[in-house]
Amino acid sequence: MIQQLVMYEEELQQINSICEILHRDSNAKAVLVIDKNGQAIAQAGDTQQLDVTSLSSLTAGNVAATGGIAQLLAEREFAGQFHEGEKTNVHISIVGQRVILVVLFDERSSLGLVRLRVRKAAAELTIVLEVMVKKSASGSGQPSVFSEITDDDIDNLFND
Amino acid sequence: MSFINYSSREINCKIVYYGPGLCGKTTNLQYIYNKTNPEAKGKMISLATETERTLFFDFLPLSLGEIRGFKTRFHLYTVPGQVFYDASRKLILKGVDGVVYVGDSQVERMEANIESLDNLRQNLQEQGYDLDKLPYVVQYNKRDLPNAIQMSELEEALNPTKVPSFEAVAPKGIGVFDTLKAVAKLVLTELRKGG
Repeated sequence: MIQQLVMYEEELQQINSICEILHRDSNAKAVLVIDKNGQAIAQAGDTQQLDVTSLSSLTAGNVAATGGIAQLLAEREFAGQFHEGEKTNVHISIVGQRVILVVLFDERSSLGLVRLRVRKAAAELTIVLEVMVKKSASGSGQPSVFSEITDDDIDNLFND
Repeated sequence: MSFINYSSREINCKIVYYGPGLCGKTTNLQYIYNKTNPEAKGKMISLATETERTLFFDFLPLSLGEIRGFKTRFHLYTVPGQVFYDASRKLILKGVDGVVYVGDSQVERMEANIESLDNLRQNLQEQGYDLDKLPYVVQYNKRDLPNAIQMSELEEALNPTKVPSFEAVAPKGIGVFDTLKAVAKLVLTELRKGG
């Protein structure tokens, strides 16, 4: 079975803090960290107005499709993407081959600044991710609560 | 690959509906979307062609409630059924936790059914999964059509491993939630085993 990803408090705080610093230093509207399978992991900035779940799924689909194109062209991956809108621009990059870092920004920032700040944030994120993957693999962070799930617990979810 | 967030106390799982073109994968999701309370669902996204054929995927996020203090979230995806979208199908299977195979009961779709099932097995293998080890259920859709073939024949051709299977008429919702519940249960049971 392929290794599942487990997020613990400590790593999430570190990721959140990286997002917040990136949001501030790049003058961005919002910053998202998304698992490659489309699950939102962390966010910073003005995300109230955003449908983060849908954005995460579509961004992951987009990155997967771009990865598919890369393979066809014998590239390992395209590490970054940039979408230019009238008001909002989107900078997408793959970090540690595992998560997607999305920066939404407008005219208050620039692509150059975003790129510069993303590079620093990506390096920091990579380190946190490595720890997270190791913890997920060893299961050392915390005892799993799921081993105690009973058939009744599962059945109860479906009592409507 | 389920994603467990101890910090926000959430479990996120990915379920993929697979099957031949026009078998009713999108219809399954639409019915679930229409019948689910607004607070339990997110927006349904369909990346479809102008003729409403799925181009890349449909996506429906669903909350099923809490289990031992953890919110359970299921992300339902469909694949494009048409044969030439194979590259897209492979991408959508990445990180899958559970599979629903939707077969078309009409006799003239048997060949397409078998081809799609072979394709599912093969594409999973390419991603490092074994269909026989994944949470997996089968749905026989379009049971109301006059040209629907016998269940015993469908079972023999499309469900040799005898996983849970359900008869369905997706536009009317018959069998839709039974199928979803069955696969969700298998996914959670798998999680208990330590995934």
